Amino acid sequence: MEVTIKIFRYNPEKDKRGHYETYKVEAHENDRVLDVLELVKGHKDGTLSFRRSCAHGVCGSDAMRINGRNMLACKTLIRDVGANITVEPIMGLKVAKDLIVDMNPFFDNYKKMLPYLINDNPLPADGKERLQSPEQRARFDESTKCILCAACTTSCPSFWASDEYYGPAALVTAHRFIFDSRDEGAEQRLHVLSETNGTARCHTAYNCTEACPRDIQITKAIGELKMAMVTGKID
Amino acid sequence: MSKVHQFEVIVVGAGGAGLMAGLYASRNAKTAVISKLYPTRSHTGAAQGGISAALGNYEEDKPEWHMYDTVKGSDYLGDQDAIEFMTNEAIDAVLELEHMGLPFDRTPEGKISQRPFGGHTNNETGKPVRRAAHAADRTGHMILQTLYQQCIKNNVTFFDEYQVLDFIMVDGKATGVVAIELATGELHTFHAKAVIFATGGYGRIFEVTSNAYVYTGDGCSILLRHGIPLEDMEFFQFHPTGIYKLGILITEGARGEGAVLINGKGERFMPKYAPTVKDLASRDVVSRAIYNEIKAGNGIDGKNYVYLDIRPETVNKFAALDGRTNPDGSPYLITGDTVLTKIPDIVDFCRVYLGVDPVTQMMPIQPTAHYAMGGIPTNKYGEVVIDDKGTTVPGLYAAGECACVSVHGANRLGTNSLLDLVVFGKHAGLKAAEYAKNADYQKMPDGAESSIRSELEALKNGSGKENAFDLSNEMKNVMFSDVGIYRNEKDMTSALEKVRELQKRFKEVKVSDTGKIFNTELLNAWELSNMLEIAEVVAASALNRKESRGGHARDDYQERDDENWLKHTLITKKNGKLEIKYKPVVITKHQPKARVY
Repeated sequence: MEVTIKIFRYNPEKDKRGHYETYKVEAHENDRVLDVLELVKGHKDGTLSFRRSCAHGVCGSDAMRINGRNMLACKTLIRDVGANITVEPIMGLKVAKDLIVDMNPFFDNYKKMLPYLINDNPLPADGKERLQSPEQRARFDESTKCILCAACTTSCPSFWASDEYYGPAALVTAHRFIFDSRDEGAEQRLHVLSETNGTARCHTAYNCTEACPRDIQITKAIGELKMAMVTGKID
Repeated sequence: MSKVHQFEVIVVGAGGAGLMAGLYASRNAKTAVISKLYPTRSHTGAAQGGISAALGNYEEDKPEWHMYDTVKGSDYLGDQDAIEFMTNEAIDAVLELEHMGLPFDRTPEGKISQRPFGGHTNNETGKPVRRAAHAADRTGHMILQTLYQQCIKNNVTFFDEYQVLDFIMVDGKATGVVAIELATGELHTFHAKAVIFATGGYGRIFEVTSNAYVYTGDGCSILLRHGIPLEDMEFFQFHPTGIYKLGILITEGARGEGAVLINGKGERFMPKYAPTVKDLASRDVVSRAIYNEIKAGNGIDGKNYVYLDIRPETVNKFAALDGRTNPDGSPYLITGDTVLTKIPDIVDFCRVYLGVDPVTQMMPIQPTAHYAMGGIPTNKYGEVVIDDKGTTVPGLYAAGECACVSVHGANRLGTNSLLDLVVFGKHAGLKAAEYAKNADYQKMPDGAESSIRSELEALKNGSGKENAFDLSNEMKNVMFSDVGIYRNEKDMTSALEKVRELQKRFKEVKVSDTGKIFNTELLNAWELSNMLEIAEVVAASALNRKESRGGHARDDYQERDDENWLKHTLITKKNGKLEIKYKPVVITKHQPKARVY
C-alpha cells in the first residue's frame, strides 16, 4: 500500500524555523512507522534524522508525535494509524534536528530523584540476597517497566507550561524506589518531590498514562506519591 | 583540530559490560564511559529471560553443573578455565546485582526466583534445573537500569551520544580513541592509558535478527583495522524463537515456563531431536530442528515458520506427559494469569506486532540472528590477547558481546550472556584501572584524528552511484540465506564474493547530508562499512572451518571433527588481505564427547 507521511523537518544549520515535508512510500500495513521512516531516509532523503535502536519498544529511543499523540515509532504499526501519517518531535524539549530533541534536561530531572537504591544497613551476614516477599516485589513492579522514552513527560501540559517541572517520568522513577521495601530513601525523595517543581505540578490530566508505551498507570503512581506526602506513610 | 580529553581509563560502550567496567574502573582510576547512545538505550536492555547462577533457590544446583552445561553447550569449544572462572563467580555476581537494588522476582520465601532454561541441567539426573534468575521477561532491562543507577550514584563520568570511530595505538600500546559528538559533529580525542571496548555485537549483518539497529560491530571492526585479530567469528547464534519475519525475540523463558514448539502437522517435534530435555535443548539444536521441520515441509501451511505454544491447556498437557512437577512435588499447572505474569512483555509484543494473544493463540516463530559468540580475543581479565602464546596489547581490554573470552565457544547457553557481561565487565574494569595506575600516558601523536576525518570526508565525496540503504539490504539477505543456520562450501563462497563486491560498491556511496549536527546518514554509512568488514570476516572464517560444531552447521561436513577442528579461529586483515590462524582450546575437566540433549 502507498503511505503518505508528513514529517516535521528542521535543520538548525540551514533553516530559520521548522517546516513539513511530505513523502510517499510503498509499505505494508504490518510495517512499523519506524520502517517507513527508514524507507524515507534510505530512498527519499538521507538527511532525515531520528533516533532509533532496538526497534521493538524496549530501549526508548524513538518517542515521537504520530498523528498528534506521543508514541514509539517502532511500536506503532501502519494498520493502527492508517496510510496518512504526520510525524513530529515530542513537545517541550528543544528540537536539535528534525525528530531529535535535546534529552539532557529530561535525564537531569531523572537524576534529581536519587535514582538508585538507598540502604546503608549492612548486607545480610551470609552474603546472600536481601529478602523481599513476592507481594512486596509486586508493589512497585509497574514502575520498574519505565524505559525513559519521555513520551509521558512531553505529553504533560504542566511540563509544556514549565520545563522546570520534573515531569511524570522522573516521578515514576521516584515511585519505583520509594515503594521498594528494600529502600530507605523515601524521606529524602519525598522532600525533593515536595518542592515547587515536584508533585504539586501534576494536575491529573492523564495524558501521561495515555502516552505511556509500557502501559504504566503513571497518574495513579503520582497519586500514590501525593498520598505518601500527605500521610507520611508508604504502603 | 579536535577537542582533547584525558582519562586514565576509557570505556567504549555503556551496555551491561561497559557500565560494570565503568563502575569498577572508576573506583581506582579517573574513568569515562563513552556511548553512541544514552546508556539506557543499550542493547543489554533487550535481554529477557534471566541471568544464570547456581543459587539453588528452588532445588539443588552447583557451579560445577553450570560449568559442565556451559562446556557442553559450547560444543567443547569454550575455554574451560574461563568457563570455570565465570560459573564460580556467578553466584556472587547475581547477589551483587541484588544488593545494588535489582528487582528480581521472588520465591515464596523472598529469595531470588529462578526458572528453567535451555541446556541448564541437573548433571546427575539430566533433568532441567531452575538456574535462570529473572525479573519477569525483562531481566536485561533491569540489569541495565540498575547498573546505570549505580553509575549515577557513584558519579561515573559519561559522554552520552559520542560515537567512537577510531582507536589510537602507539608503540603497540593503547593510547586513546577518537569520537564524534553527535549533537555538534565535532571530533574529540580521548587520551587514555587504558581502553576497554564494550561495544556489543553485530547481528545487523543478518536480515532477520533480534538485534538493535546499533549492533553494527563497531568495536570489532575498529580493532580489526588496527591489526588486532578476531576470534571464532564463524560462530553466530540463531535463537530459535524470533517473531516470524520481524525477528523480535521471544524468550527461551517461555519454554522454561512450559511452552512447546508445534509444527504444521500439529505435532510437538522436539522430542525427536532431544529426547531428554526436549524443547529445552540448546539453542543451536532447537534452531536446526525448526529448520529441518520447515525443510521437510512441516512448516505452518508449508511456510517457513512453526508455532510456539504457551496456551495453558497445551502447557499443562505436556507437563503432565513429561512428569514435570513444582518444587513441592505437586503437578506443574499454569493458568492464563501465569502467562501474563511470567512473560508480560512477550504477550505485549505478540499483541502489538502480530495481533496474536499468546494466552489463547499460538505464536508464529522462526529462528532469528541473535548473538555473536566470536569477537575480540581476551583472557578472563579482559586483556586482549592477539596470538596463541597469550601475548597481550598493553592497555587494551574488551568485555561483553564484542569480546571472545571464550566462554561460549561454538554456542552460548541462554542467560550466560548477561552473566558474561557482569563478570567480565567487572574484571576488565578492575584490571584496566590496575594497569593504568602503574602506566604512563603514551605520547599522543599529532593529528590522531586525521585518518578518521578523511574517512568521513570520503563518504561525503563519493560518486553517488550506489545507495547505502540498498547495499545494506543486499548484505543482510546474502548473509542470512548463505551464512545462516545451515552452510555449505558453494553458498559461503558466493556469499564471500558478494560481500567483497558490496565492499567495492560501497566506495561509490555518497552521503547527501553535509551538515554537522546529528548527521545520522554519515554515521549509518560508516557503520555499514563496519558491517561489510565483519560480514567478510564471518563468511571467511566459516568457509574455512570444515566441520559442524555448535552454531556452525554445514551440510557438506555434518560431523564435529575434534581431531582437526578442536581449535579457535583467529582472523586478521593485513593490507586488505585476510589471514587465518588457529589456537588451541583450553580443556581442563571435561574431555569432548558426543553432545546429546
